[in-house]
Order: sequence, then C-alpha cells, then structure tokens
Amino acid sequence: MRYLLIEDNPKLAGAVVERLQLDGHAVDHADTLASADACIAVTDYDLILLDIMLPDGDGRDFLEHHRRAANRTPIIVITARSAVSDRVSLLDLGADDFITKPFDFSELEARCRAVLRRQGGAAANQKSFADTILDSTKGEISWDGHAVTLRNRELRLLEIFFNAPGQVFSKTHLMDRLFSFSDEASENAIEVYVGRLRKRLDGSGAALETVRGMGYRLVAR
Amino acid sequence: MKVQGSIRRRLFFQLAGIAALLSLTFFLTLREVAERTAEGTQDSILAASATAIADSLRSDDGNVSLELPYSALSMLGTVSEDRVFYHVVANNESLTGYADLPQPSAPPRVGTPIFDTLDYRGDTVRSVSVSRLLGSAAQTINVVVTVAQTRLGLEATSRRITTTATGVGVGFFLLATALSLWAASSALAPIDRMTAAVTRRGPKDLRPVTAETPTELVPLVEALNSFMGRLRTSLGRSEDFIAEAAHRVRTPLATVRAQAEITHRKLIKPEHKKAIREMIRAIDESARSAGQMLDHAMVTFRADSLARDALDLTLLMADTCDRLGPTADLRDIVIRTDFGTDPIPFQGDGILLQAALQNILDNAIKYSPEDSDIAARIELGKTIRLSFTDQGRGFGDTDMSRVMTRYQRGANVGDIVGSGLGLTIADEVARAHGGGIEISQNIEGVGACVCLFLPR
Repeated sequence: MRYLLIEDNPKLAGAVVERLQLDGHAVDHADTLASADACIAVTDYDLILLDIMLPDGDGRDFLEHHRRAANRTPIIVITARSAVSDRVSLLDLGADDFITKPFDFSELEARCRAVLRRQGGAAANQKSFADTILDSTKGEISWDGHAVTLRNRELRLLEIFFNAPGQVFSKTHLMDRLFSFSDEASENAIEVYVGRLRKRLDGSGAALETVRGMGYRLVAR
Repeated sequence: MKVQGSIRRRLFFQLAGIAALLSLTFFLTLREVAERTAEGTQDSILAASATAIADSLRSDDGNVSLELPYSALSMLGTVSEDRVFYHVVANNESLTGYADLPQPSAPPRVGTPIFDTLDYRGDTVRSVSVSRLLGSAAQTINVVVTVAQTRLGLEATSRRITTTATGVGVGFFLLATALSLWAASSALAPIDRMTAAVTRRGPKDLRPVTAETPTELVPLVEALNSFMGRLRTSLGRSEDFIAEAAHRVRTPLATVRAQAEITHRKLIKPEHKKAIREMIRAIDESARSAGQMLDHAMVTFRADSLARDALDLTLLMADTCDRLGPTADLRDIVIRTDFGTDPIPFQGDGILLQAALQNILDNAIKYSPEDSDIAARIELGKTIRLSFTDQGRGFGDTDMSRVMTRYQRGANVGDIVGSGLGLTIADEVARAHGGGIEISQNIEGVGACVCLFLPR
C-alpha cells in the first residue's frame, strides 16, 4: 500500500513513517499542503493521512478541495481536537475517518485497514508466499481454492511474517507489534496466536516454524 | 446577582405615597374650610342677635332699660337644640341675664364685636360682646351686651363634613392607588418585552438586541449589545485558543508517544520496556481525561438549551459502532449489531447523543476481554432502549448510584485507564433528552449491560 502522510511536525512524521514502513507500506511524507499537492499530482496513493493544522493552511480546506476534485483516495484526518462536534464536521467535509492525537500506532493501522476495507477493492492488498495468498484488506488467506477468514490479531501476526519470509521474529518483538499498551499480555499469548495460525494454515504450503530460543519464522512446507 | 428592591414596587409605593399625601391634604383643607364657614355663620348670627339686643336698649335719665326683643333670641334658635345665654352689663353692673356669663377681658370698642370661645356651665360656648354708649353727653353709660350659644349644632355639622371629607379622601386615595399600580406596570412593560426578547435566545445567539427600546433604556441596551459583541469576540478567541492549545499540547504528546513506542520496540530489558509502557499509559490517560473533560463541558453547555434536530437513532447507533469498530477489532472484540436499518425518528441533539453512545460503547470495549462479543441492541417498548451488553468484568460490587457521579469509577476497574466521566456524560445527555441510563448485569452470563433509554 502506498500512503501519503501530510504532517508538519518532523519528529511525529518520522515516527509514523517508520512504523508504517515496518508494516510493509510505502510512505511519502509532505510537510506542507503545497508539497502534498505536488505528491498527489505525480503519484496515486491508496490512503492519505492528513494533519489539520499545517503551516501553509488548514487541512480542512485541503479536504474540501480534494473532494471537489472528485479524488476518491480515502483520507484519515489526524486531529488534535477530540470533540464529537469536530468529528461530525470533519466527516461532513469528506474525511473517511479521523484519529485523535496522541494515538496508538496499532489503532492508526486498524483505522487505515477499516477505511481501505470500506473502500472495497480499490487496490488489492495481497502478498503471497509459497502457494498461499494473504489478502490484508479482506482479512483472509487462500490457497488452492481454499479461503480462510482471519481474526484481526491473527491477520496482523501473519502479515508480519508475510512481509519478511524466513526472518526470525522473537516473541517480544511480536508482542510489541500485536498488543497495544493498554493490554496486559504475556508471551504465552503469542504462543496461543501462533497455535491458531498454524491451524488456519493447515493444508497450505506455508508454515510457521519454531526456532528454539529465538522465535518463529515463515517457511515453505 | 444581588436583587435589591423592585422598580415596579418602588414606583408603585412612591405614587401611592404621593396619592396618600394629597388625599390627606385635600381632606384637611376641605374640613378646615367647611368648619370655618360654619363657624362664620354662627358668629354673624350671634353678632346680629347681640346688636339687636343692644339696639333695644333705652336710656332714661341715667337709667338703662331693656325690653328684650324676642326675635333677637329666636334667630339663634334656628340652629339645632343649642342653648342660648345672654348678659347685659351697664357701667360694670349687671343689668339682666346670666350674671355669671364671663365678660370679655378687655371691654369691646363701640362698633367692633369681640368673639370668644369658652367653657360655660359644662359646655363649650361661642360668645360675642358688643358695646353701646347710652345717655347724654354729660352722663355716658357704657353698656356691654354678651350673647353666647353652645356649639352642639356646629359640632354636628362638623362631624358631617368630616365624614364626607373622609369618604372623598379615601375614595381619591383608592382610585389614585389603582392608577399607580397600572402606571407602574405599564411603565415597566418595555423592560418585560426586552427581557423576553433576550431570554428567548439560544445559547449561541450573541447578535445585538434589536427589540423596540424606549429612550431611557437605550444606554442599557447599547451597553448590553457592546458587551455581547465583546463576548462574541472573546468566545471566538477562546475557541481558537482551545483549538490552538489542544494542537500545541497534543502534537508534542503524540510525538513523545510515537517515539516512545518505537523506543519500546528497540529496548530489550524487560524493566526498561516496563518503564516506557508506564509512560505511554500516562500519556494516554492524560489525553483521554482532557478529551472527556472537554466533552463534558460541551455536554453541559449544549444540554442547557437542547437542539431538537430530526435524527435517526438507528443510523446513530450504526455510526457509533462503525466508529469504534477498529478499536474493538484491535482486541478481536466483535460488535454485533442486532438491529436492522429501519429508521427510528427522534428529536434531539445528535452530537450529544453520539457522545453518549460513544462513551458507553468505549467503556464496554475497554472492560471486555479479548476475543469476546459486544451486543448492540435497539428495543422499542414504552421507551426507546439503546443498549450495549459486554462479556467483561461487570460492575461487581459497585454502588450503582455512584458510578454516574463525576469522577466516580466502578469498584473493580483494576488498572484500566479511565477518567470516571464516561457514564456521567452519557447520563447527563440522556436526562437532557428526558431519558436515563440503566445499568444491569448481563442476563446471559458475565458482563454488564448499559442501556440508554429515551422517551418515544
């Protein structure tokens, strides 16, 4: 997926870009509305993340202008205002969703996923390994005519492996990616989710292998 | 506001006071004039009577003789049942009549009668004395004729006059009082009209007052309009300020949180990780509390004069579930929407109701275990019931009357972040719409059911 992040705070932008790249997305960063317009002119994005207060204008104007130009790329607004009334006006202006600062990366990811899913196949977000295809937007894996729907955590866990086949991921790393900070989870939870994924992948050409003392990796059966 | 006195009452009392004073003056004057007139009448009859007696005096070689003319006394008899006394004195010797009838202290000069009021034989009498010079030039005899009459008739007249004057005075006073009441009310009517014009306004209507204004109130209305102008500017400025402040505070918080999250991932030692987690939770808690406090302020403000927009509650519920869907999804919690798409029309404030539903659902997600369901339901009975049932820890032994109180949380919240405002917000919104919040245990098992009900 190709994302455009419009955010003037370089540190926040850097952190968001780093995280989205970790999830396997390509991210362009624009720090003004002018450079955002320049990016949109040359590239098709799957999703735009838009901050409201920018040095050269109001993000809401961008939103209106964007919708008037009949551009259908979904936009998630990053706002510092949390009131319900602000949300209503943002959605009226054509935002697909919004997220309030400060935000949890997992929540941002979840909202992006929800918006892309609602957009409905605007861009297939598929990755394949061996004979197995993982469709992140639909939230399912398929091989050889079989299709299995995954729950959110299973999907996110499998995405990590599909983004880097063969790479060993430690339980701690997986936990950090999978659980938000309000969850009190233990490393056992990872074993539970890996166990579930193995059941889901049963019969496919892909498998999750335990590397003793190190973690797990995706291998072809 | 310190209420001190009422203009209406003060105006009324002042007008009534003036009326009372005028009535009293009127009464006193009327009585005085009438009594003077009555007294004057008695005096002139007495003088006529005394003159008639004096005129019938005869002098014969130094002897004074008197043949009392009947008419002189009968003219006095016309007045009531008064008694009449007379006394004739010639050269200081009593000639005839009541010898003990007091004489005037100074002898009257000829032609000028002396009037006096005095007590005689247990009654107040009015007396008149006239003097006459009789005899030849060689031997002058000074005769003083005194005629007195009791004042019963005069007093009766006086009482009659007093009664009449009192009646007229009281009548005048009552009429004037009624008129003052009317005058006070009608003088204040423009104030009432303007009060109504200002009170009718919504909470956000800060336009200048344009109602018809009497000249005297123009300065007040101008002051009010200029005040509202300043308020409008300052409200606008404070809205900008809140937006700007939120941006300035939340953006760095977001940066810190994002960097902390990345740092967390790179750290290896569990104790370091734990410290960062604590930090992130603290950031979440402060951001959340600030958001809910703003929401609560907004609810208080809007609930004061509720908007009555035409809403569809089904759509509102669906929107709420959509909005929080990703949050629930993160923890593999499924929000089951058991309602269809049939619209349920309702008159109310959509923004408030959305805030209420969001707070309830957000709570349900927060306290739900992973991999569980939350049922969102709409039931139509006597009331419209919008409910969320979770499979969480429930409210345990919490005192239900207190969870709706500001900053009060359930007894078993454990370490879950919260401000204690969520249910307060929902409750205030529901009550502003004439409904309420009902909390019960999930009848199908563990968990809680929070229901917002609204009148149909």
